[in-house]
Amino acid sequence: MRSNRRDFIKISSMGIGGAAVAAPAFNWAEGAIKADNKKPGAEYKRTSTYCEICFWKCAGWVYSNDEGHIWKIEGNADDPHCNGRLCPRGTGGVGMYNDTDRLKTPLIRKTKNGKQVFEEATWDEALDVVAENLKKIANEHGPECVALFTHGSGGKFFGDLLKATGSTNITAPSFAQCRGPRETAFLATYGEIIASPEFTDIRDTKCLVLIGSHLGENMHNGQVQEMSEAIDKGATIITVDPRYSTAASKSKHWLPIKPATDLALLLAWINVLITEEWYDKDYVERYTYGFDQLKNHVQSFTPEWAYGITTLAPEMIRETAKEMANASPAVIVHPGRHVTWYGDDTQRLRAVAILNALLGSWGRKGGFYSPEKKSLPSYPHPEFPKPKRTWRDAHPGKYNLALEVVSNDICDSTIPSPDRACNFKGWIVNGTNLISTLPDLNNTLEAIQNLEFMVVIDTMPMEITGYADVVLPECTYLERYDYCRTDQHREPNIALRMPAVEPKYNTKPSWWMVKKLASKMELDDFFPWKDVEELLDWQLNQVGSSLEEMKRLGVKKFPREYDDLYFFKNQEVEFNTNTGKIELYSTDLAAEGFDPMPVYTKHKEPPPGFYRLNYGRSPAHTFSRTANNPNLTDLVDENVLWVNPQVAKDWSLKNGQPIWLENQDGVKSKFPIKVRITERIRFDSVYMVHGFGHSNKKLSRAYGKGVSDSELITKVLLDPVMGGTGMRGNFVTFKLENPNEEEVMS
Amino acid sequence: MRYAMAIDTKKCVGCADCVVACQTENNVPIGHCRDWIVENTAGTYPQLELEIRSERCNHCKNSPCVRCCPTGASHYSEGGIVLVTGDDCIGCGACIASCPYDARYPHPEGYVDKCTFCDHRVKNGQKPACVDVCPTHCMYFGDLDDPNSEVSNILKKRKYKRLIPEAGTDPQLYFLI
Ligand code: SF4
Ligand code: SF4
Ligand code: SF4
Repeated sequence: MRSNRRDFIKISSMGIGGAAVAAPAFNWAEGAIKADNKKPGAEYKRTSTYCEICFWKCAGWVYSNDEGHIWKIEGNADDPHCNGRLCPRGTGGVGMYNDTDRLKTPLIRKTKNGKQVFEEATWDEALDVVAENLKKIANEHGPECVALFTHGSGGKFFGDLLKATGSTNITAPSFAQCRGPRETAFLATYGEIIASPEFTDIRDTKCLVLIGSHLGENMHNGQVQEMSEAIDKGATIITVDPRYSTAASKSKHWLPIKPATDLALLLAWINVLITEEWYDKDYVERYTYGFDQLKNHVQSFTPEWAYGITTLAPEMIRETAKEMANASPAVIVHPGRHVTWYGDDTQRLRAVAILNALLGSWGRKGGFYSPEKKSLPSYPHPEFPKPKRTWRDAHPGKYNLALEVVSNDICDSTIPSPDRACNFKGWIVNGTNLISTLPDLNNTLEAIQNLEFMVVIDTMPMEITGYADVVLPECTYLERYDYCRTDQHREPNIALRMPAVEPKYNTKPSWWMVKKLASKMELDDFFPWKDVEELLDWQLNQVGSSLEEMKRLGVKKFPREYDDLYFFKNQEVEFNTNTGKIELYSTDLAAEGFDPMPVYTKHKEPPPGFYRLNYGRSPAHTFSRTANNPNLTDLVDENVLWVNPQVAKDWSLKNGQPIWLENQDGVKSKFPIKVRITERIRFDSVYMVHGFGHSNKKLSRAYGKGVSDSELITKVLLDPVMGGTGMRGNFVTFKLENPNEEEVMS
Repeated sequence: MRYAMAIDTKKCVGCADCVVACQTENNVPIGHCRDWIVENTAGTYPQLELEIRSERCNHCKNSPCVRCCPTGASHYSEGGIVLVTGDDCIGCGACIASCPYDARYPHPEGYVDKCTFCDHRVKNGQKPACVDVCPTHCMYFGDLDDPNSEVSNILKKRKYKRLIPEAGTDPQLYFLI
């Protein structure tokens, strides 16, 4: 990837003339801001933020001047999420602010001369429409018939609003489309979820096992940094991936597994550890439940058995198991993050959890540490009304082990069905482009057609905005306050996001929208604070800080409540499971009628002429969210299709040739994608980065660039345990000519 | 004083954070860059190797660009940093053509631009922006004349290579392999 040297695109809003390289004239002695006003660039001040480009939420400093020019964003050196170093997306976050394609003013859908159009509106007009419609749905169907989809910090305020009306149907696609199976599996095994940032002790590990998890391409900042530190200290990395990922290239062992067979490998590893007695006997005896059942269960899952399934040589499976055992307990079989692949994902992640237990890595240095967080109390308000129904009532008995709301289930329960008394009638969508987040687009569109009302809050004209009744333009994270970040880490800490610059255009922060809406909906009592500064200051006062202090520090650390990051020797530990032990045999899964120990199921293979569609991440982008960011499209502005040279030969494909894709259900890609012929991919699959192929022309840099993997994911493999949408059971074939007859609609 | 940079290809993940950080720090116009990423794959599936390099101006000791510049705009500065004085540059492009590493680009404002080793930061005792941002800490910067500098130390410990040595430019970027 060499950054394109395209012609200069003049961005008139850039305050600095290109000739003057701004000389840093700051003196950050002891946190004091002393800018020397005589020097060029001296008018820049720094303000605290935490990044919104991905869920890692790194804290940083924004350097801006009074003219509203943002020079740069740097990591906050005190922040354990980033250690002073943002990732490329966070560094390029300024592009989100400068993007001239942003949503600029509220929009209301109107019908004019039989045609539906968006009309620009004032905030008052737009919020009136939202308030009226939400009240109408609450009156006619009950407030529980409104759901909130959110993937962004501003969504927390809308969550409060929803709860104030009497609905708890708040869902984040990050559960059922991403990390849900992991959380469910680890909860069943250890009585604890992994959450974010993952408490993997990578910096001190001796052996890191990555299964389809491509750290370095997914820039989960702290983990990437720690992986690099571990490499420096000589840790062994084992990567399981059908693709020679960046992480694979850094690994001592790369296991080029046949796609969709990971569970067989995991079971074989468990088999080897038990058969060879390489597991941590004392740990297993002290802390686990169900070892004998497990031992019986995996007896036949030998490396030789797995060889026939995974195509991985038995010696390789044994050798890597030995590597893990040698490093034990400083070993991490990484739980991954985006793990909704084949529909048996909870079971696969259970195998990962079990493997870690056998290696004794949970609660041990170089394995999994025990995280802590500093929670901030809520601003006092009357108790939220108890909802009469929840999303679960739509399908009684289903997904009992789902610990969060299942987004796709809300989508399904929006499509009317005679066997349900109530369906969802209203959606509030904050910061998530459901068109490319949820698989099975037709299903999503059908649900949307059945809604009485949908309001979308976003910064960009993502495709979902096109279906909204009202669009509310949120200002970017660089222009607003949000709740403080209070995520878990080794040391409990909080981080402040405050506006560096005034909101551009007619955009507003979510807290402001919600406060206004609450007042229009007679829910003021639940939002008794005057403004967000009062709200945050009150919260911070409760933990001995203040808004003023946080503006200065950006990140504040607190002492841990419990000293130890790890179990001490022979410590008695009560796990939060039914048996109080780490459950190798899951009593929860058994009670729900699922396999109490993971069983390998064979997944469908691509028909002749088709290839499994694998997708992943680019370090320069987060899902589709950044696809139009001018700084980041400058690095990567389209996705390409990785194709094995042999396959390319069979199809006479040339490097860089644009082709169209068609999936097993006859769904064709709207746009072409360029072929990248590379040895780094297996012959039975193709690979692309997720988040491209945008169809909204208003995204001027992203429109028509590359292919959307989401539109080709029409086959969804549902995880019966927690409702996750397995998305790796789709196969594509190549179309060398444009197969789309009609003009592509925007 | 002899400034140099060492880049660890074993740790670099090719994320291009160094590229974005350079662009914002130095107001490099979008569409241009002073540093860039090169990925080289060798072998056939599944016997593969991948080398990732973050590249930029090599601040050569024997720079063809300085030699061929008709106005003296391209020059050696403190510590051997190769710089272009924008005001003296007539934009003829001779240096762009002479650089074996393709490290220079024509700035839209009419002069030639390239990596400065962030001399404005280095003067203040900071490291270059790309070095400071790199999430994998894979870049080392400092004075080769100082045997205890970070960069001297890492070059003592590790094997390295330089790019296109046959061009005779005596480049000062060292790639750890
Ligand atoms: S990992 Fe990158 S995108 Fe994510 S929060 Fe950190 S800097 Fe932002
Ligand atoms: S920031 Fe570091 S890891 Fe990323 S490409 Fe640049 S040198 Fe490599
Ligand atoms: S040293 Fe400075 S100018 Fe050179 S590539 Fe790095 S950030 Fe850019």
